[in-house]
Amino acid sequence: MTTVLEAKHINKYFKKPVLFHVLKDINFKIEKGEFTSIMGKSGCGKSTLLYILSTMDTDYEGELLLNDELITNQSRDYLSFIRNKHIGFVFQFHYLLADFTVLENVMLPAKKLAEKSLQEIEFDAYEKLRTLNIDHLAKKKASHISGGEKQRVAIARALINNPALIMGDEPTGNLDSYNSENVFDIFKRLSLEEGLSLLVVTHDEDFANRTDKIIMMEDGRIVTNPRQMI
Amino acid sequence: MTNWKLILSIGKTHLLTKIKQTSIAALGVTFGIGSYITLVCFMTGLNAMLDNLILNQTPHIHIYSEIEPSKNQPVDMYYGVKNSFNVVHSIKPKLSQKNIHNALPIIHYLNANEKVRGAIPQIKTQIFYIAGSIELGGNLTGINLIEELRLFNFGDYIIEGSAKALENTDNGILLGIGIAKKMSLKIGDRVQVSPIGGDVFPLKIVGFYQSGIADVDAIQSFANIKTVQRILGRPNNYITDINVKLYDIEKAIPLSKKIQQQFNLKAVDIKTANAQFETGTTIRNLITYAVSITLLIVAGFGIYNILNMLIYEKMNDIAILKATGFSGRDVQFIFMSQAMIIGFVGGILGLIIGFGLASLIDTIPFKTEALPTIETYPINMNPLFFIIGFSFAMLSTFLAGYLPSKRARKIDPVKIIRGQ
Repeated sequence: MTTVLEAKHINKYFKKPVLFHVLKDINFKIEKGEFTSIMGKSGCGKSTLLYILSTMDTDYEGELLLNDELITNQSRDYLSFIRNKHIGFVFQFHYLLADFTVLENVMLPAKKLAEKSLQEIEFDAYEKLRTLNIDHLAKKKASHISGGEKQRVAIARALINNPALIMGDEPTGNLDSYNSENVFDIFKRLSLEEGLSLLVVTHDEDFANRTDKIIMMEDGRIVTNPRQMI
Repeated sequence: MTNWKLILSIGKTHLLTKIKQTSIAALGVTFGIGSYITLVCFMTGLNAMLDNLILNQTPHIHIYSEIEPSKNQPVDMYYGVKNSFNVVHSIKPKLSQKNIHNALPIIHYLNANEKVRGAIPQIKTQIFYIAGSIELGGNLTGINLIEELRLFNFGDYIIEGSAKALENTDNGILLGIGIAKKMSLKIGDRVQVSPIGGDVFPLKIVGFYQSGIADVDAIQSFANIKTVQRILGRPNNYITDINVKLYDIEKAIPLSKKIQQQFNLKAVDIKTANAQFETGTTIRNLITYAVSITLLIVAGFGIYNILNMLIYEKMNDIAILKATGFSGRDVQFIFMSQAMIIGFVGGILGLIIGFGLASLIDTIPFKTEALPTIETYPINMNPLFFIIGFSFAMLSTFLAGYLPSKRARKIDPVKIIRGQ
């Protein structure tokens, strides 16, 4: 198995309002095709860890490797490129660009990457929307669709550049049980069928229990070192 | 590698979904630029009109023979009192001729100078207009009409009759409108003039002259140079004044100094003669620019404000864009492009509105006694003003967009995403 993401001795401090050691020597790996969840109580540092792994937060100690490439201390522009190409995001509050149509929202990261022609990107975007059963929404404005639909659009957007890893910060936290189930199924299918790696921060124990691996955190430490679940 | 097409399309979408705010921001620029163009066209038009009022009929260099006391009194030259302090009371001007010595060769010499557009002779003399037993004092100037027409727009000031009539009539006179009114004269009548201590000459009135300055029009008349020479009983090389017009008005000062030295004559340049006039022009220009820049700065603040608001509203979008791989630079360019689009559209509209208003002012009738040739308000449509106006629109929107967009560049997406 190839390692997609590896964290080595990650330490992070909050300096304001007082010096606070948030993350204490975090070490773990995410293999290709693995569906991992991070669990823990509020304030244990799981979201903080996720944003360090996402490359958006660069203020930490330790080393971070994506596809065996060291990405710690890379320039911000290069990190933007990495996020664009290799990482897809799904957040708790859907986070679509409200002024744009669903299709445009999905196409945006691919347009930024600019590796394909506009026609190819549009075709891909329709393809992703179709696999998530929301292709009929393509021309609608992002602000005019329901919460569950928004989250699926966000997943389609995360998939558009065929990333190595999808990260989610409580992607089902804001959804009812039906839509949560739906999102989980999509994630599961992506991991099984497409061999995509997923890393999801969640509070939802049911959700976590059905993932391949749970990283349990407490007070800035990983407490249950990779517990294998079937 | 900046994907401008993508950045512009995002900027455009933001602007179009907030079309009200966008229009208000653009209108701010439009009014700023529009009023700048209108104001500057109108003000410089007025300035140019006032300038022309003076400059058209004023020679760039006026050469004449000045009656003045000798600078070196004989006692100063006497070696015996060289080291003493001499006081001479009641110095009288030196007796010298009123005319310019060797005037014709000097004119010839000046006309050969490549900086000189033309040097033309005049004879100025005091005369009396005689109406029955009343004698009215006045000035008669002998002119070379064709040259005056060419160089000093003399034709603008002939309100009745024609310049040609003076050229064709041997004993013709162009009478000042003030005198004509006083003496109830009309074209075709004869007026008797008499030089100081001379005979009476009847001259035929071929036209009326109006400079716009009432005091001048009440005394000033013109006749052919030869006519005046004959009235005065002088030979045809008797010239009292030489008026020089240059290609470049800035050369007037050095050239006048040179002439003064070379020919030992008095040569007054236009800048010295109209110093207070130039100050007026400078101050009017200053006011124009102060007002214009104020307008543009106000417009700039409008854009700054609206862009700031836009960025606050779009915090979410900024965070998403950054999370999905847009760099800080891309985000900054998105907002800069919005500012520049506002500036561009507003600026172009402003130019059009400014052009429209200026054209409108240009058609409003403006009749004044002082300016016989002016019929509508003067407008100076200089393409340079349009270039300056547009550049300023772009510059001010750039500055107004720079600071907010720089903040957008620095926004930490993690803070926004986690803050919700």
